Amino acid sequence: MATPAVPASAPPATPAPATAAAPASTPAPAPAPTPAPAPSPSPAPAAAPASSSDPAATAAVTAAPGQTPASAQAPAQTPASSLPGPALPGPFPGGRVVRLHPVILASIVDSYERRNEGAARVIGTLLGTVDKHSVEVTNCFSVPHNESEDEVAVDMEFAKNMYELHKKVSPNELILGWYATGHDITEHSVLIHEYYSREAPNPIHLTVDTSLQNGRMSIKAYVSTLMGVPGRTMGVMFTPLTVKYAYYDTERIGVDLIMKTCFSPNRVIGLSSDLQQVGGASARIQDALSTVLQYAEDVLSGKVSADNTVGRFLMSLVNQVPKIVPEDFETMLNSNINDLLMVTYLANLTQSQIALNEKLVNL
Amino acid sequence: MASRKEGTGSTATSSSSTTGPAGKGKGKGSSGDSAVKQVQIDGLVVLKIIKHYQEEGQGTEVVQGVLLGLVVEDRLEITNCFPFPQHTEDDADFDEVQYQMEMMRSLRHVNIDHLHVGWYQSTYYGSFVTRALLDSQFSYQHAIEESVVLIYDPIKTAQGSLSLKAYRLTPKLMEVCKEKDFSPEALKKANITFEHMFEEVPIVIKNSHLINVLMWELEKKSAVADKHELLSLASSNHLGKNLQLLMDRVDEMSQDIVKYNTYMRNTSKQQQQKHQYQQRRQQENMQRQSRGEPPLPEEDLSKLFKPPQPPARMDSLLIAGQINTYCQNVKEFTAQNLGKLFMAQALQEYNN
Repeated sequence: MATPAVPASAPPATPAPATAAAPASTPAPAPAPTPAPAPSPSPAPAAAPASSSDPAATAAVTAAPGQTPASAQAPAQTPASSLPGPALPGPFPGGRVVRLHPVILASIVDSYERRNEGAARVIGTLLGTVDKHSVEVTNCFSVPHNESEDEVAVDMEFAKNMYELHKKVSPNELILGWYATGHDITEHSVLIHEYYSREAPNPIHLTVDTSLQNGRMSIKAYVSTLMGVPGRTMGVMFTPLTVKYAYYDTERIGVDLIMKTCFSPNRVIGLSSDLQQVGGASARIQDALSTVLQYAEDVLSGKVSADNTVGRFLMSLVNQVPKIVPEDFETMLNSNINDLLMVTYLANLTQSQIALNEKLVNL
Repeated sequence: MASRKEGTGSTATSSSSTTGPAGKGKGKGSSGDSAVKQVQIDGLVVLKIIKHYQEEGQGTEVVQGVLLGLVVEDRLEITNCFPFPQHTEDDADFDEVQYQMEMMRSLRHVNIDHLHVGWYQSTYYGSFVTRALLDSQFSYQHAIEESVVLIYDPIKTAQGSLSLKAYRLTPKLMEVCKEKDFSPEALKKANITFEHMFEEVPIVIKNSHLINVLMWELEKKSAVADKHELLSLASSNHLGKNLQLLMDRVDEMSQDIVKYNTYMRNTSKQQQQKHQYQQRRQQENMQRQSRGEPPLPEEDLSKLFKPPQPPARMDSLLIAGQINTYCQNVKEFTAQNLGKLFMAQALQEYNN
């Protein structure tokens, strides 16, 4: 851990947060894509997820630990970085929970599949609402960007435009942060994070691992915090947040349906008719019941130790089937069936009536 | 794309790869047969439509949006969609066309299919057969041969199973709409019944492999409790509402029939009057002739007896179509419920 050995780098260290800001050498209104030089000799950003990916962005201005060679550039860069820095990351608004809707993830995966040739990942903006206890992400759109070894360019104009358009439909949505595909946070991420901090206070960063490292698609969310020695050089660190999934009722039903494509050979499913649906739902309950039965038998035969809470749940389950006197049940059942039959009859009658009317009119 | 004019003017730069299948699609359509045999929707579109309704549309308002995708042989693939803001009175300067153009241009930048292939709308208890829908779908289908309208029923979906249907206008109805002639004679000639107004196109949902991976991931992570609304027996409320709407429509229908009957009666009365007038004229002429005076000029009968205006039959067709849809819904619903009731009976019998 090299001390900021080179004395020349000491002065720039003081305006700590400001210089932690991006080396964005372009003035604040970043219309067209703004390229920014990323520091070359960065000791591989420890790359441990959620650990400091700071060396990068601080673009050597603040001689981050171990950046001795880069610090040579420091003086040259100081004048450029007189921009107002990002809002001081205070306590994360809304606690530490991010609630995602499945629509977002599907959108992200879809834009990843449609990425340009040669692009390793895609980025985009996250929209949603902030709540007292959590942040709910409800919408997103992808933003074109170019990334290469030493520079990254994001089309912020496009992002602004899209946000305006989206606002027309849902005026309550705010920019919450941004997302990126890929399994790690790279140096460029920090730069992009800076861009987004201008749009939103304390933006969230979401990563979706489409490269399926470890055989899973991991979904993580981060927020940036300052780290380092106060008064000296400050860096930026991404701290992870808890991700929860929020569903509307109808969304859950939609997701259930879409999930079925996992089981069909060519990933195609049709929409089923009414009785089929009832059949499907009852099959599901049957499965659940057989699992429960299996568990009960295991406990009885001693294979599994009995758990009291589960036992209580089972008891309430069994007691939920109402005990009705058979005659009463018969009457209830019959009256219900009669109602339904009558309605069916009426519907059929109406249909034949209008068909008749049609014929008469056309005589 | 150059060969297919979009209704909203052209985002002329086309992706040449789609002109091929688009051309084929058009060729098939012109043969009088329906151009689209199947609609294939991405899971993403389904989720977006659900979300749009959930956030923007409450009560009886409809939410609408645009579908994007492409045509492959006789299949219409819908790969993305975006919502349309609702009409607000205070947004007088809101330019819909511009919004659409901007949206599509932006989406093109991120490689999303920008071909306009249809539109979607939410519905309240299945009441979507209206004049407005007909007009919109007609203009869409006129401009783009293969377009469909997706009707999403959120209330039915909330009851347990996704209710999404795709409709197109039949070629016969397209002809009639083109003529804009809705008088009884024209409709009789075209031989349209309410059952042949809309045709339903079967829908399949398709996901890419990566989305499948995502689904597995979600299933593992979220492990949400299964909701069993589908098996709930307490659904008389839904049925009640449906029947209420049905009754309203039937009332409208009967009014319409009364109007038509009066029209028929008026026409026949008029015919009689015409006939009488002609007879009298002839008699008079004969008398005059016998007296040697010049015959009275033949007056233009049509000016004397202006025929009553035939009522437009389109409305009654629409009402009939709507009643039909309601009846279908009711029947589906009762079938499901009967099944559930029998299951409950079996359970009870077992208990005793």
